[in-house]
Amino acid sequence: MSDIKHHLTDQLLMAYSAGTLPEAFDLIVAAHLSMCDACRAAAESFDATGGALIDDLASADLSDDSFAATMRLIEDAPMLTAPKPRKKGVLPAPVQDFVGGDLESVKWRSIGMGVKQAIIPTEKDATARLLYIPAGCAVPDHGHRGTELTLVLQGAFQDETDHFGPGDIEVADEDLFHTPVADIGEDCICLAATDAPLRFRSLLPRLAQPFLRI
Amino acid sequence: MEHLDISENGLPAHAKRRVMGADMRPQSPKGSRVPDAKIQSTQDWADHILRIRTKDQAAFKELFAHFAPRVKGFLIKSGADEALAEECTQEVMATIWRKAEMFDPSRAAVSTWIYTIARNRKIDMLRKRRRPEPEDLPWGPEAEPDAEDTFSMQQETQRLGEAIRALPEKQRQLVEKAYFGDLSHSEIAEETGLPLGTIKSRIRLALDRLRHQMK
Ligand SMILES: [Zn+2]
Repeated sequence: MSDIKHHLTDQLLMAYSAGTLPEAFDLIVAAHLSMCDACRAAAESFDATGGALIDDLASADLSDDSFAATMRLIEDAPMLTAPKPRKKGVLPAPVQDFVGGDLESVKWRSIGMGVKQAIIPTEKDATARLLYIPAGCAVPDHGHRGTELTLVLQGAFQDETDHFGPGDIEVADEDLFHTPVADIGEDCICLAATDAPLRFRSLLPRLAQPFLRI
Repeated sequence: MEHLDISENGLPAHAKRRVMGADMRPQSPKGSRVPDAKIQSTQDWADHILRIRTKDQAAFKELFAHFAPRVKGFLIKSGADEALAEECTQEVMATIWRKAEMFDPSRAAVSTWIYTIARNRKIDMLRKRRRPEPEDLPWGPEAEPDAEDTFSMQQETQRLGEAIRALPEKQRQLVEKAYFGDLSHSEIAEETGLPLGTIKSRIRLALDRLRHQMK
C-alpha cells in the first residue's frame, strides 16, 4: 500500500522498538506496520539501534551453569519455524489475533447514529477499539486527555485536520477536538487507541454537516 | 517522510545466489569494497547463525559467550533481579537456537535480531503479556537471502553502531535510557529533572544524526 500519507511518528516507533508502549498502542503500531512498508523499515532501523546499544552494553556475570542449562532447554524443545501467514482480511494480522478472527468475529455495539464500536481487551493503561462508521456518518464529537491514534482499515474519513485513507494513521494530541466523518461510498472501519478515557462533548452525537462532502 | 529502506527483501529470483556456505560475502564484491575488521565481525555473527541452523554447538558456544552476558545486562537494566535475569537470558539464548531457521541476514544484523528476542522476553517478563507483532513479510525458508543484500545490511548496521558510539555522551545516555530503562519520555524528564520538550527534541536530534550518518 503505497498511498499512505499519514505515518507513525519517530517517537512512537522508537517506543515500540524499546517495548515501552501500552499494549493498546503496541497493537495499533503493529497494525500500521502490517500495512506500511516505510514505517516497517523505520521500525527495523530502531530495532537495529537497540541491537547496537545492546552490543555495547556492559556484560553481566552469568551463573556457572548458564551454558549447560541453556543446552538443556534446547534439548527439550523443538526448532521453531515462521508461523503460517494468516488469511488476508480487513483486519491486519495482529488485530485478528486479538479479535480471534476477521470482521465476522467482531462483536459490535452501537454508540449512536449508526456508529458502532468494539472494545478490544488490552491492559488497562490504554484502550483499543474498533470503530464502524457508516458511509457519510460522523463519529460523536470528542476530545481526549492523552494521545489518540486512529488507523483506517477500510474506507476513509475526513476530520478538521485532513483526509485519511486506508493505512493512514492520525496521531492526535489532547488539544484536538475532532469529528471524523466517513467518506460517501464506503463504510469506514478504523482501529483507535487512546491512553486516557475519551471525553464526549455531548451525549447526543450529531452529524457534522460541514464535513459531509456531498 | 524519509525512511531507511531496509525492509526490501532481495533482488529478483534470477539475481539471487545461494548463500548457505560459511562465507556469505559476495565472491566478488562490487568496486573496492573491502570489509574492515568490524564489518567482518558483524558478518561473522551472521555466519554463526547459519552454522547454528546445522546444530553446530561450537558456533553456538561462541555466540553465547558474546551475547548472553549482554542480554543479561540488558534484562537487569530493565528491572529484573539477578535470578530472573539469569533465567530469562537462558530462555532468550535457547530461543536464538530454536529460531535460527527464521533469521534472515539480508534483513537484520544478528545484534538486531537478538535485541528483538530479548526485548520481547523483557515485555513478557515485566508485563506478563506478549507484544503484538506486525504481520510477517511473505518470505519462506525457500527464499534464500541474497548475498549482496546481506553484506550491505551487515555493513549498514555496523555503521549505525559506530554512529551511536560517536554521539555526544548526553545524547547517547538519553537514547540508552529510552531503550533500556523502561522509562517513558515523561519519566525520563522526572529522572533527569529536564523539561519534557528538551528531552523530546534531544532524542529527535540524536535520531536525526543517526539517520544522516546511515545515509
Ligand atoms: Zn507508515
